[in-house]
Amino acid sequence: MSTTLEAPVAEPLRRQGIRSLGGRQWLLVSLAVLVLLSLVRATTGATDLTSDGTIEAALSLSVPLLLAGLGGLFAERVGVVNIGLEGMMILGTWFGAYGGWQWGPWRGVLFGILGGALGGLLHAIVTVTFGVDHIISGVSINLLGAGLARYLSGVIFTGHSGGGATQSPPGKGAISTFDVPLLSGGWGSPDVLGSLEKHHWFLVSDVAGVLRGLTAGVSWLTLIAIALVPATYLFFWRTKLGLRMRSVGESPLAAESLGVPVYAMKYIGVIISGALAGLAGAFLVIVGANYYQEGQTGGRGFIGLAAMIFGNWRPGGLAAGAALFGYADGLQLRQKSAVHGLLLFVALLVALMAVRALVRRQRVQAAVCIVVAVAFALWFSLSSVVPPGIVGFTPHITTLLVLALASQRLRPPAADGVPYRKGGAG
Amino acid sequence: MTAPTVRVRGPRRLDLSGVGYNAAALALAIGVAVVIGGLAVELSGHSALHAYNLMVQYAACNTAGSGGDPCTADSVIDIINRAIPYYLSALAVAIGFRMALFNIGVEGQYRLAAVITAIAGVEIHLPAVFQIPLLLLIAMAVGAVWAGIAGILKVTRGVSEVISTIMLNYIAYGLIAFILSSYLSGNTSNNLSSATPNLPAASQMPGMNRIFHDLGLLAPHDPDQISGFLVVIAIIGTAFYFIVERSRFGFDLRASGINPWAAQAGGVSSRKMILITMLISGALAGLVGLPYLLGQGYNYSSEFPANLGFNGIAVALLGRNKPIGIAFAALLWGFLERSAQILDLNNIPQEIYVLMQGSIVLAVVVAYEIVRRAKVRRAEREVAREVPEALGGAVEVTA
Repeated sequence: MSTTLEAPVAEPLRRQGIRSLGGRQWLLVSLAVLVLLSLVRATTGATDLTSDGTIEAALSLSVPLLLAGLGGLFAERVGVVNIGLEGMMILGTWFGAYGGWQWGPWRGVLFGILGGALGGLLHAIVTVTFGVDHIISGVSINLLGAGLARYLSGVIFTGHSGGGATQSPPGKGAISTFDVPLLSGGWGSPDVLGSLEKHHWFLVSDVAGVLRGLTAGVSWLTLIAIALVPATYLFFWRTKLGLRMRSVGESPLAAESLGVPVYAMKYIGVIISGALAGLAGAFLVIVGANYYQEGQTGGRGFIGLAAMIFGNWRPGGLAAGAALFGYADGLQLRQKSAVHGLLLFVALLVALMAVRALVRRQRVQAAVCIVVAVAFALWFSLSSVVPPGIVGFTPHITTLLVLALASQRLRPPAADGVPYRKGGAG
Repeated sequence: MTAPTVRVRGPRRLDLSGVGYNAAALALAIGVAVVIGGLAVELSGHSALHAYNLMVQYAACNTAGSGGDPCTADSVIDIINRAIPYYLSALAVAIGFRMALFNIGVEGQYRLAAVITAIAGVEIHLPAVFQIPLLLLIAMAVGAVWAGIAGILKVTRGVSEVISTIMLNYIAYGLIAFILSSYLSGNTSNNLSSATPNLPAASQMPGMNRIFHDLGLLAPHDPDQISGFLVVIAIIGTAFYFIVERSRFGFDLRASGINPWAAQAGGVSSRKMILITMLISGALAGLVGLPYLLGQGYNYSSEFPANLGFNGIAVALLGRNKPIGIAFAALLWGFLERSAQILDLNNIPQEIYVLMQGSIVLAVVVAYEIVRRAKVRRAEREVAREVPEALGGAVEVTA
């Protein structure tokens, strides 16, 4: 009896294990990626592949995606799909700019969070209390967020210097940045990583460049955003409230029968989701540009959602997704030719995956990987530049591929997107 | 033992009472939007009544408040022309909705279709009689292919069409930039422009003012043309009604939407239905950019109208996914956009129309949901009243 039950249960668990890597594996994987990158850097001469400038740009481009993705995570973990992240982010940009313009950057951050949380509250009222389809509500909130921002700009920003119907006046001051002492020259110490990077030694300079990009000129807000990743993990997987919230996303009926207040959990999750999206918007305004501009979010709410799916509804994977998407963007900003080198990198990476599949005797996967690797290698050798439009949609095509190839391994919360009415358990 | 006789009421009666409920929901939603828009006007320091008065007058008569001018039909024509693309994109969304499929990708589908049609319209030289239908077909094919990718991903790999169509939107924007830049760089005569060359006369859709003039509906001096696409959407709207509401295919479609398992048990292949619906939705979406391309702008550039697809979702929701309802919703959208223009001339922020559009959608989906719950409760009460006597109280009602 027990054997027949165990088999189907154990199988998906084992499959899941592939994706949730332990600490040592993460380190190994990142090291392998670095070695590959420095190989490609050395052979193609695309120095910006691992330069501190690229990594710095990538970091600041990743943070809004990371925050939006975390926002998505908080909503979907309590079972509410949040397509409205984009609209909440727009609210975050507008309110962030308003606070920054009136009082200064930190008050701007606070206002951005509040603006986003307002959007989250609306989404919670519509989806949880009224039970409207989550997608419909999210799409409406995107429309409403854009409309509200445009109306408010027209009324409040117009007539002030630098402000108008589509743009806010510049904010007062900026959030300070810091260099890590001993590594990147903070507190008057020598810039060790910077001097190592200049030598272009294989691997050593690459590691130095990446580390320097991560440790020099870091905004305090970036640090907070990154700290939110482990904080989210600890919250959901190590606290009572986190467990209750997850239980609502997995099985609201069971949660309610155990006395968990389902609606309250959903409200908390969705409001935090909006607040995080608002913070993402505020980051764009206050760290990125120092003013609000219409269309500033540029679909980042959706990419954040994509990063969340890429990360299999987990904070760590989500951060990896956001970093990946931010890196492609940052590289394109710094050195367009370096993107071409990335093709070789992808070819090598997929070739490695093919080897792994061969070792595990997964013939079909190996064949697919080999075909893809050869295709990228051909693309690399037959062309000299990657058209800019194509780089722009790297995150989106990656998401489609991940969903198409790995959807069997992805595990969203079981009751994600299902409207729930209180009393369903009774 | 004799079988219990249960008197079942026909659906007709329920439908009729449903109309009352829905009308109330719609009125409530528009009321909420009017209040929110009015508040927005008042907050900006103007009179809401005055603003609404201006809007209605401008839409009906097109005299910009100067009193003595005679009325012209410019506003009415403009409202109709603005409503046409919304109607098409809402139909594209609605056919998906009818079987619980969510095509958020109308935005990318119509823009990709428009840019390829714009190029095809310049490169192909046929008489107008063949050229225009051919361009319509090309646009529909491009839209269908782009939506079809999402359909294939859903039926073969189980990828949610919501996510895939959003991603395909962004991929389409990148492709459009790529297509435009490579086409324009190959076209030496047009080196510095970021727009495709203007379409030749054979690719341009004629307007319909002469027909309306002959019918006695328009004065001869009205300069703005009613788009010829009015005929196209009339045909498509009628076809939509008959296919979705009155055909075997439409029945399967709606059944799959309401209960996919029941439909499957009844022999409807859900995979086939998903794929066909996505293809039809994409084909309709492909047409959305054409009223502008073939009738107003004649080229594709960065100025090409955007957000028609996202607004189409709102219009479809407002129109309850029915061709007639969508027509009214599209006209409402056109009215709000056109009439808001007069506000700027009076220093009232015209952006309130976007605010009103957003709040109408949100209010209407909430109102429809409340109505749906009320209907369910009423149906439960009716069953409770009639069935227990027949079945000896075996049915428990929890509502």
